[in-house]
Amino acid sequence: MELRGKAFKFGDDISTDHIAPGRLFHLRSNLPELAKHVLEDADSEFASKMSKGDFVVAGNNFGLGSSREHAPQIIKIAGVGAVLAKSFARIFYRNAINIGLLLIECDTDKIDAGDELEINIKEGYVNNITKNEKLTITPLPEVMIKLLNEGGLIEHIKIHGDFDLV
Amino acid sequence: MGQTIAEKILSAHAGKNVVPSELVISKIDAVMVQDGTGPLAVNEFKKLNKQKLFNPQRTILFIDHAAPSPRKELSNSHNVLREFAKEYGAVLSEVGEGVCHQRLIENYINPGEILLGADSHTCTSGALGAFATGVGSTDIAVVMALGKTWLKVPSSFKIVLEGEFQKGVYAKDLILHLIGLIGADGATYKALEFTGSAVKNMSMSDRFTISNMAVEAGAKAGLFETDEKTYEYLKEHGREDKYKKIKADSDAVYEKVIEINLNDIKPTISCPHTVDNTKTIDEIGKIKVNQVYIGTCTNGRIEDLRIAANILKGQKVKEGTRLLIAPASRKVFLDALKEGLIETFVQSGAAIVTSGCGACVGVHAGILGDGEVCLTTQNRNFKGRMGNTEGFIYLSSPAVAAYSAIKGYIADVREVL
Repeated sequence: MELRGKAFKFGDDISTDHIAPGRLFHLRSNLPELAKHVLEDADSEFASKMSKGDFVVAGNNFGLGSSREHAPQIIKIAGVGAVLAKSFARIFYRNAINIGLLLIECDTDKIDAGDELEINIKEGYVNNITKNEKLTITPLPEVMIKLLNEGGLIEHIKIHGDFDLV
Repeated sequence: MGQTIAEKILSAHAGKNVVPSELVISKIDAVMVQDGTGPLAVNEFKKLNKQKLFNPQRTILFIDHAAPSPRKELSNSHNVLREFAKEYGAVLSEVGEGVCHQRLIENYINPGEILLGADSHTCTSGALGAFATGVGSTDIAVVMALGKTWLKVPSSFKIVLEGEFQKGVYAKDLILHLIGLIGADGATYKALEFTGSAVKNMSMSDRFTISNMAVEAGAKAGLFETDEKTYEYLKEHGREDKYKKIKADSDAVYEKVIEINLNDIKPTISCPHTVDNTKTIDEIGKIKVNQVYIGTCTNGRIEDLRIAANILKGQKVKEGTRLLIAPASRKVFLDALKEGLIETFVQSGAAIVTSGCGACVGVHAGILGDGEVCLTTQNRNFKGRMGNTEGFIYLSSPAVAAYSAIKGYIADVREVL
């Protein structure tokens, strides 16, 4: 899996309310429409400025708050290549993997807005092309890699008829 | 080696002795969704092509987040849940029956069980000695079909509570204080286990408030051992036969031990826009409030309403401030009616809102205007939480909320107690 795109920077504690706000609750039944508002309450221009394959790059505790799976869903539907953060909140992390959205834990202080990044999952690094610097990725747990490779949890169950993770 | 409460419950459900960080496939006793997460779970469940739910009697669908519905899209989402319940025999909790977490503790969840909910505050049931945690809609869809899921066994923090609350200080102040202390990600992936001599004096309502907010420190669960109070609570709700002693071993291993003396806690407020941005009432200064909201899964129980009514009795809500009160469930509403609390609230100038999540989720029933300040007994104050990114949300106990409604600014309730 190789990914390349531009970095869009966000701070610490980006909540699911920033990503998929409660005031847009009625759009949850229309995810492509909701995706047009992705991360709107953190950066109102993000959805219109990003291109397919670009990256969300944040600080600590990305995705805290509600269990709404719509948050990772609309990040994925918007075409974001991966979310890079120093750390992720638990439910968001689980949801993202379950639906096949790639999350990368690394030192995001070394990435600035607009930097061109290339992610190499296999070798375990982020190449900051703009800064000519390689950042190490915290390796994903095996179960996460398996779920991601199979296209998420529903696909995993459809393939194996049951859990085949342990 | 001894086990924590989380390790014991997960061991019993995985059919082997588990250790922290281990990945297990675990049986799940009950699952829930609400109207915000349920339709997506239904959608994902249908992709699995299963004709039946694994356990329909313990698949519970709540219509509480946008109830009654403020718009047609949400009305249609509600109908998705109604039709699913009918077709598959799942349990449905209708408009006005109450907030999912309150209804789960009143009616459905028992000590030693595992509850997975597509709602982050599912951890509320941890106060009953159940391993209860929030997950997403896809996770729930799979449990609906198979009755099991994968779980990573969390390591635990032992929170040792000693001493007693001083006048005007409540469980809400304690949990806000703890989150301020360890941070909004201070317990990410961990189970919090509350213990110590102060716990046995705490009401179940106090314990629910504390467990409810475990997730605000990032925790996977907020657990209490069961005791006479748990038994009495279950008995009051017709489930005493479900009582079970749940307790950690004395030689259980904890990743961290945090000791808190309740005597040292002051009325505590979370300031915008994160829950861990806490101040004591002494530090807060005079902050004018436009709206006060008393209710939610955190603090909408009868005990909370009694505290608020005691302060509001014979008083009027300050002009320029509005007070919204939502009993957490129909049972709480009825009890409050019988006790005369609702009359006290209405006399004071409060508006009573349908039992449900109401203003807390920013969908309807109390959305803030630009620049407005809300003091609320809910569990979250993220930017935009109450439907407007230009609003400012402060969190407090019901006592501080009720007194502040009278004063028109965030006020120290100890003045009148």
